[in-house]
Amino acid sequence: MIKTERLTRHYDTLTAVDGISFEVRPGEVLGFLGPNGAGKTTTMRMIAGFIAPSSGSASVCGHDIEREPLAAKAALGYLPEGAPSYGEMSVLGFLGFVADLRGLEGATRRTRLAHVIDRLALGSVAEQTIDTLSKGFRRRVGIAQAILHDPPVLVLDEPTDGLDPNQKHEVRSLINEMAADKTIVVSTHILEEVDAVCTRAIIIAHGRIVADDTPQGLAARSRHHNAVSLRLARAEQFAPARAALAALPQVAEVEGDEANRRLTALPRNGASLLADVNAVAARDGIALDSLELEPGRLDEVFRTITA
Amino acid sequence: MHHIVTIAKRELAGYFATPVAYVFILIFLLLAAAFTFYLGGFYERGQADLAPFFNFHPWLFLFLIPAISMRLWAEERKSGAIELLLTLPVTLWQAVLGKFFAAWAFTALALALTFPIWITVNWLGSPDNGVIVAAYVGSLLMAGGFLAIGSCMSALTRNQVVAFILAVVVSFAFLLAGFPLVLDAFRAWAPQALVDAIASLSFLTHFESIAKGVLDLRDLVYFALTMVFFLIATAIVLDVRKSE
Repeated sequence: MIKTERLTRHYDTLTAVDGISFEVRPGEVLGFLGPNGAGKTTTMRMIAGFIAPSSGSASVCGHDIEREPLAAKAALGYLPEGAPSYGEMSVLGFLGFVADLRGLEGATRRTRLAHVIDRLALGSVAEQTIDTLSKGFRRRVGIAQAILHDPPVLVLDEPTDGLDPNQKHEVRSLINEMAADKTIVVSTHILEEVDAVCTRAIIIAHGRIVADDTPQGLAARSRHHNAVSLRLARAEQFAPARAALAALPQVAEVEGDEANRRLTALPRNGASLLADVNAVAARDGIALDSLELEPGRLDEVFRTITA
Repeated sequence: MHHIVTIAKRELAGYFATPVAYVFILIFLLLAAAFTFYLGGFYERGQADLAPFFNFHPWLFLFLIPAISMRLWAEERKSGAIELLLTLPVTLWQAVLGKFFAAWAFTALALALTFPIWITVNWLGSPDNGVIVAAYVGSLLMAGGFLAIGSCMSALTRNQVVAFILAVVVSFAFLLAGFPLVLDAFRAWAPQALVDAIASLSFLTHFESIAKGVLDLRDLVYFALTMVFFLIATAIVLDVRKSE
């Protein structure tokens, strides 16, 4: 598990991270969100022991990162921002180097190397120099390096950056697979990723935690939570349908997109609208192509609380 | 110790991954030979020793050692690999020493490859081989001093060219510490004790007797302390600036 207590880091006059406290337990996948420069990377670097906190503390599996740095680092798999590695080495040479410093030996070393190369589909480039690889391969080499020693705690700084949709999907299923018994922290810009892999999300802005909730809980803060979106079959019904929806007592606002014949009714205080909207459609004979209930929009919540 | 060896091996293999290592060794050997035969007058002197060879080592090292040391940390910081290395379960010391020893081993290899000149002098006459061995040991120690300075300068910046220039300038100051060029800058205002202390820091003065084959303990301790000092400085600089 990971625990931070009032973790703080100053750079000259700038406070990059300002008193962040949280705890992540095995089985949890924490999504670390925030605008660029919010302090995500600085926080992860402190947990990984790369930079020292100005005040406060962080520990990995009970090992304080400043008092027992080697024990903390041994329990941690870390993918630094941008997945740096030694470009002049081959993939196999690089992973072998990390395995040696991780203290893997003999059969364990061979099995683990074979496992990560297979799991991240690096077999075809194993002998290739890292400098010659595409961005997606380099990112996967970085992830392979992080999970090589099967660590109980994983900290991944933007693990899917630079990957194509298929590779993103692969990495997400890898994270889901490992989630059962590991403590995982993932930073990302991609909000759909939070839904796909995270059991919990922390949003930070200006170095402080501004939200700490499940992805569903965060989405529920959206104006669009429980909103009903409908697509009309006939364009001439757009104006009357909009008026009829706006007249419903539970509807706070109706958003319209006439070109696409799309209407979205936003509820007052998250009330359930589906039955009412259905009733109105039946009463007024509004022909529908589709009707859906929205869970809420994370990007909207993100913008509202980090602005 | 195990980790130091692993890091040193990786670093050393890195030198040979590109043609840089071969080019460096070639230039080193060519320059060493040119200095010995043309500037040193190896044949004209008519003496069976390697003084004309060793006398130019400080000058050879002044420009060639910074070329080895410049990438030690600057490259690591530029590529971000330093973040990877220092979040693996290794200490900063193991990393600093591992990289330093790799560079030193590489220098030792370049130095060892000058063996034809040793064969030549043995073939032409009968030199005192004890003196030659002592001079080789001294030269390697001096190279270690230059490398430690270079390691520290490389840790200061992300730019290899800047690291090279800084290392040449600082090495030059150390080389000539015993000479008017450096001392005059201090004589005007500093107390005599300080001027004497600075004068005693000169690489040239300490190497002079070594080149003649005299391994004085004070000279050995001097180069050892120079290495220790600049490696500690490297670690301190890295600790402060590694994430910048």
